[in-house]
Amino acid sequence: EYAKSKYSTDEAPNPLNEITSYNNYYEFGFDKADPARYASALTTDPWSVEIGGLVDKPGSYGLADILKGAPLEERIYRFRCVEAWSMVVPWVGFELSHLLNRVGVQSGAKYVAFETLMRPEEMPGQQTPALDWPYREGLRLDEAMHPLTILATGLYGEPMPNQNGAPIRLVVPWKYGFKSIKSIVKMSLVAEMPSTTWNMMQPNEYGFYANVNPTVDHPRWSQASERRVGAGLFAGREDTRMFNGYEAEVASLYKGMDLAVNY
Amino acid sequence: MDRVNAFARRVPVWAVWMLALVPLGLLILQAVTNNLGPDPVKTLERDLGDWGIKFLILCLAVTPLRRFAGLNLIKFRRALGLITFTYVALHLAVWVSLDLAFRWAEIGADLVKRPYIIVGMAGFVLMIPLAITSSNAAIRRLGGLNWRRLHKATYAVAVLGALHFVMISKVWWGDALLHAAILLLLLVLRLPFPQRKASLA
Repeated sequence: EYAKSKYSTDEAPNPLNEITSYNNYYEFGFDKADPARYASALTTDPWSVEIGGLVDKPGSYGLADILKGAPLEERIYRFRCVEAWSMVVPWVGFELSHLLNRVGVQSGAKYVAFETLMRPEEMPGQQTPALDWPYREGLRLDEAMHPLTILATGLYGEPMPNQNGAPIRLVVPWKYGFKSIKSIVKMSLVAEMPSTTWNMMQPNEYGFYANVNPTVDHPRWSQASERRVGAGLFAGREDTRMFNGYEAEVASLYKGMDLAVNY
Repeated sequence: MDRVNAFARRVPVWAVWMLALVPLGLLILQAVTNNLGPDPVKTLERDLGDWGIKFLILCLAVTPLRRFAGLNLIKFRRALGLITFTYVALHLAVWVSLDLAFRWAEIGADLVKRPYIIVGMAGFVLMIPLAITSSNAAIRRLGGLNWRRLHKATYAVAVLGALHFVMISKVWWGDALLHAAILLLLLVLRLPFPQRKASLA
């Protein structure tokens, strides 16, 4: 029912139960089954996103307002976790650039900073000091404006399940999954590179860019290959692809940059 | 406690083996029925390692339980040690075969570059002589004193095992820290405590 996209992979998506029962969302716990177990407690209606910083029309935007006129598409993307597993996910969403253009990005803006909801009473992980809550992520403006970068509001044509980041989340398919921040309540257009949660926690392991790159290892494990979730006990591993297979679309964004330094 | 000890004396060692292999049986059952979840390799690998740590904790609990609670489980300790070794060996085997899928270049690189892998492998290698010398014949051949000295390597295995678990965690929270804390406590309980001296005055 949603428009197909030329950016979709023709690889077969993982079934819904795999996508909704195996993922990281530390606000609900540190086990990959925890999000499915606990996220039903999350209230996602009403929901609004505060958009501020260097924009022409700052304000608190209700979800319905954000979705009004948004060109929703199905985007079947490869998804690569920094932990070296991967999936294929049929998101429903629209390009982040659509929203940014609506609010009017001012010329001084160089980055977009995002924040996840902070609501410890509904998110038990936030009652622990494991991460510096609320979860924060960021993109360079050209990354944010890239047509592959979407705000997703659904999966398999249905509204986004809570455990996958309802009601609205970022998806940046050429970066490790932790960049694709969930349950967004705040977006700020800023001039300086924003602080991001995993980078704050362990800067030598998690860079700001976090582009999928088989030649730059995580200090504790190799990124050369990945296990495809759902492939079974004997599937082995597959080689990880540069920019998660989106090299043709995004490599130009990083021309001249040393990706071993800007990891 | 005497009644508990009397009961424990009547429990045959093979019963402990049977009980301890129940989790392995369940994992195998889940594997063949495709019930290990979306990432079965990781689940299997993690659960086997997890049971390895848990049985290591039981091994190291035997002495403090006798000393501080008067509970004598010493006759099960050899079995607990071998069960620990079994789970850890299977954990390693799953890593090499199902997880890394015999990609020897990556396995080799991990073994020299990744501290948590090096620590885990060191712990496993250290367990091999302990497993080999777990028979009565080996104790006789080594002599009780040498055997006891050799088996003090279990303490190093505990430290390496706990470290291996903690080092793979992404956040300082949860199971890894809990297990490490218990292992540390069991080691600390072995330190010589100052005894109150009886006075003749």
